Parts: sequence; C-alpha cells; structure tokens
Amino acid sequence: MKKFETITSRVVPLPIENIDTDQIIPARFLKATTREGFGNNLFRDWRYDSNNEPKADFVMNNPTYSGKILVAGKNFGCGSSREHAAWAIEDYGFDVVISSFFADIFKGNALNNGVLPIQVSDEFLEKVFETTFSNPNSEITVDLEAQTVTIKDSGDVESFEINPYKKSCLINGYDDIDFILSHVEDITYFEKTR
Amino acid sequence: MIHQNQGKTLVEKIWDDHVVKSEEGFPDILYIDTHLIHEVTSPQAFDGLRKRGLPVFRPQQTVATADHNVPTLNQHLPIAEELSRYQVDMLTKNCAEFGVELYGLGHPYQGIVHVIGPELGITQPGKTMVCGDSHTSTHGAFGAIAFGIGTSQVEQVFATQCLLLQKPKTMKIEVNGELGKGVGAKDIILYIIAQISAAGGTGYFIEYAGSTIRSLSMEERMTICNMSIEMGARGGLIAPDQTTFDYVKGRQFAPKGEDWDIALDYWKTLYSDEHAKFDAVLEFHAKDIAPMITYGTNPGMGMGINDNIPSKLAQPETEQPSFQKALDYMGFLDNQPILGKPVDYVFIGSCTNSRIEDLREVADFVKGKQKDPNVEVWIVPGSKQVEAQAIEEGLDQIFQSAGFQLREPGCSACLGMNEDKIPAGKYCVSTSNRNFEGRQGPNARTMLVSPLTAAAAAVTGKITDVRELLS
Ligand code: SF4
Repeated sequence: MKKFETITSRVVPLPIENIDTDQIIPARFLKATTREGFGNNLFRDWRYDSNNEPKADFVMNNPTYSGKILVAGKNFGCGSSREHAAWAIEDYGFDVVISSFFADIFKGNALNNGVLPIQVSDEFLEKVFETTFSNPNSEITVDLEAQTVTIKDSGDVESFEINPYKKSCLINGYDDIDFILSHVEDITYFEKTR
Repeated sequence: MIHQNQGKTLVEKIWDDHVVKSEEGFPDILYIDTHLIHEVTSPQAFDGLRKRGLPVFRPQQTVATADHNVPTLNQHLPIAEELSRYQVDMLTKNCAEFGVELYGLGHPYQGIVHVIGPELGITQPGKTMVCGDSHTSTHGAFGAIAFGIGTSQVEQVFATQCLLLQKPKTMKIEVNGELGKGVGAKDIILYIIAQISAAGGTGYFIEYAGSTIRSLSMEERMTICNMSIEMGARGGLIAPDQTTFDYVKGRQFAPKGEDWDIALDYWKTLYSDEHAKFDAVLEFHAKDIAPMITYGTNPGMGMGINDNIPSKLAQPETEQPSFQKALDYMGFLDNQPILGKPVDYVFIGSCTNSRIEDLREVADFVKGKQKDPNVEVWIVPGSKQVEAQAIEEGLDQIFQSAGFQLREPGCSACLGMNEDKIPAGKYCVSTSNRNFEGRQGPNARTMLVSPLTAAAAAVTGKITDVRELLS
C-alpha cells in the first residue's frame, strides 16, 4: 500500500445521501479476477448514458471539479459489502472520501485499500459543499497525523477519529501483512521462548 | 477492581498463550501453530505472496490437500472437469514452489482437510489452527482454537504465521444426561442449532461441556465442533481429557517420547477454570433430543424426526416470507409430518460424518439388509486412511451386498463443486452440514441427518425413525 501523506487538493462534490455500492460500482462489473481497472466504471451509470456517452451534468464529467478528495452526502457506501467499491474509488485516484456518515463495511474496505474515509459533522460537510460550489478552485487539507481537515478558504478546521492501528497503517503505507512483518522479531522471539 | 481469582476460560488460556504482541488500541497479533490449505481458497493468496516477493514464512507448519474439486470415482485418471483440474494442478505447482507439504490426489494421506488433520495427529490440544474454510472449527474437538479465515488472511498466515485479531466473546453450551437409543452427536448439534437458530452463536467462540459431551468419542466430538459455524459462531471447542489424549497418542505427527510427556503436562492444564466468566451460558438436556432432520434451507430449520414442520404463522412476521420460500424450495407444506417422505439419494460423507466410526455405525446397521431399489446411496470416506481402514475391516463387502456405493475420498456431494451433484428437484438425505439452496447441486433438496438416520432412509426408501428399526 502507498504511504498516506498530508493532502491538499481540490474536491469533487457529490451532495447526495445514501450512495450505495451498487451506484459506486454496478454488479455487472464484478466479474474481473484482479483488483485493477475498476476506476473506469466508478459511478458508471451516473457517469455514462446507455450509449456509453458521458453525461454532461454529472460532476465527474465537469472539468470545473477535480481532485483527490471526494465529498459525499450522509451514509456513503451503504448496501452490498463489495470491496470492489473501495477498489474503484482508489483506482480512479481518490485518496480521501469525506462524508457525515459511512456505512461500516465500506469504511473497513476503504481503509484496507489505502483510502481514508473522514467522518465530519453535518455542519462542516455543508460548509465544504458551500465553499466548493462558490469557488471550485478552493482546496482542502487533510492532515492524518494531526487528524484534522481544514477548508483553506475559510480556515474552518475539524478533527476526525480514526483507529490508531489503521492510522499507523495508512501513514506507513502498511497493510496487515506489512504490519505483522514489522514485528517479525517479536514473532521469532515468541517462537524461541514458548 | 479486578478479581484476583477470576480464572480463565479455555479459549482465553489458549489465546493468551499465542499472543505475540498485544497493544492498547491494536488487534492482537496471534501466532498460528498450524495452517491447513486446500485448492480452492489458496491460489489468490499464493499469488499475493508472489507479488510481494515473499516466501511462506513457516512452510513446515503448513499442510495442503486436495478435497473440494476431486472426483470420487477413478481418482487415478486425470480430473475430467477443466476448471477443477486447473485448480488442483495449481495447488501442486504452488506447494512445490513454496515448499509446502502436499497430500494430493493419490497420496495415502489425501482426504478432506478436516478429516486428515486429526487422523494424522496434526490436530492437538492447545494449538491455534486455521484454514481458508469455515469448517475448520472441527479441530476444536481436541481443545484447540481452530477457525476458518478469508483468502486475504490465508495470505497473512503464509507471510507471517500470524493473524491480526480481536479476542472473541465466549459462550458455554452444556449438554447433560444420557442420550436415548438411536440418538448421536449429529442429533445433538442439529438440536442445538434448531434451538438457538442459524445465527444464535454469532460473534462467539463456543465451549461445549457437560456430561453428555464428556461421554462422546473424539470422532463424535468432531461432528459437534464441525457444525459450530452453522449457528454463526467463530469456532467451537471441547476441553481435552483422557479420551483426547488416547486418540492423539501414537499418531503420525503426535509428539513422541519425552516430547509427549511435556505436551501431556501442558494439555492437562487446558480447561476453563471454575470461576471463569463466559459472555453467555446455555444448557440443554440429552433426554430432550430425538433423531433430528432439517426440513428447510438453513441448518437452523431442524426438528425431531417425528415432529410436524412448524407452522408458518408461528414464525415472526418478518421471517414468514423466507420461511415460505424455504418450504417452497423443499416442496414441503407447513404443519405436515416429514416421516414417510420418499427419498431419492442418500449421501453419507463430508467433514461432519465420514470418519471410520460413522462408516462402522452404518455398516453395523445395514449388515444383512438391502437398500431400497428407488434410492441411490453414496458412501464417501473422508480420507484415504478411512477408506483403507474400511476395506481392512470388510465394511466394503457389507456396503456392496447392501447395494451402497463406496466411493473414493473427497468433499463429494457436500457441495455442488465437483462431479457429485444431486439432480434438480431430487430429495437427498445427507450427513453433511449445509442445506442451503443449491448446495448439493442446482435445485437439489437436502435434508441433514445423522449417519444412522441416513442408513435407515437408505434401506426403507423414505424418511424413517431409526429407533423403530433398532432391536
Ligand atoms: S466436506 Fe463439505 S463442509 Fe467439509 S470441507 Fe468439504 S465442502 Fe466444506
């Protein structure tokens, strides 16, 4: 997994609540046997019409908005537990998803794939949407070490929660295997002394 | 204040003995003594290792076999089905590349992964054991912490011989008293699951205790622990005792000589302390248990063989549609008896009931009897060693005279993955562990029972209360 560093980026706003994983990646794209390539089909049916033409009114097809941070309405990632949803978001190039609530399984899947889900208050989320729509070039800074998210234009800051283990995984670019391997001396010591 | 004499449960004792590192805010790093693998859930994990450029960390603590995809006839010939053959070949290739011992097709130790571990003496009290297979709980019968894991965790164990885990909650299930005639271990576990439902054990590690459990043989204990997963539990175990020690002693990979004495001293400390606290405790009475049968499409939909299928209206309203769907699938009506229903297939096998004692019990019952002409009967031993033992004891002759087919070892009709499938719409009385829709083949109808009840159906051609046929 790549290391998660402090990110300052413009954002892609998606002010819709209850976005389920079927929207994030429709079921018909789950037949692949590798983890790669799902980004092309992220939000497939919102992004493209039935003739595979990009839908001009969808935010990801609007060059005004871009960046490594996806900001979405409450209860993001609900529905099916498919990890493909997290793979698609990561593969498309998002490092962070900000929402005021995440479905549990999506949250775990995202963290296991190097994507940071940040849960903020309803008020803060509203502010991010307002700032972005009035100035699409405005940026947000995510400082994982300090566990803060800052709206650069307004200076609003909010702190967020994260499991300390998962935090260290992201900061060090570790997954569970890397984490256990970093304790390999403990393992061999355990084997010798039991 | 923490009570000084609180005592530990068996699960806690074994768990604590295997914690490599435990830090506030982190999952425990738990050391895994033995990793069992098979052809279906290992290829992506081997692939992951290759991508990371890692070896298998402790290949000598890893044992492989081929079971899910293997045919149970003509095992000396190449596997006919292409994808199955590919997966089995892949396992052979991966084991060779990573230095893992493989008891593959044709090897005298080959068999269902949960049958060969115990019979080879690999399964021992106090161990932590995992496998990319949910019925790994079987090995808990020896007083081991044994549970199934996902493929990404298989990769974790390959790479580190450890897993990152939170300590599970514990539940004690006591069964006390004497079992009635014709009632066995399979009936006990089907009864418990019917009582607490297919989700009743979710989140727990279960310790089975009580006088009934103590009186069971090792193979019967394995049948009980095997199905822990069918009530949603993480795993199940039974404290080791003289029965356990006698079973393990002298087996291929059991400790020998001085090592045996050291091991035995440790194993004797493996029980839940008197004041140990469980998160939940349940008690059942052996006298309440009849020969059991399932009538629906999850293992919790079970009842005494003489009972009527429960009423739909007696189910919680939200569950009535799925209850009806299950009965429709099975072709049954609620409030009806199941006794006397004609049967098309009888399958005696799977990691729940394919050991030598199961085969002996069936042979003993059918000796001098004939199968009903309308029933096809498959007996699939759990391993090459079980098969060899059955032949040595002349059980094959008894099965042959009764018209039963003794096939070669594998998972067989337990899951519709290999060539052994139950045709659509047909009724199969099965000693396996899952009666999900399509589990034994598309639209196949499965009724889970004990080996004895299966044998009774084989000779009468219908669902029969075996107690009426026992002298
Ligand atoms: S016999 Fe059935 S339950 Fe047991 S390992 Fe094989 S497929 Fe799984």
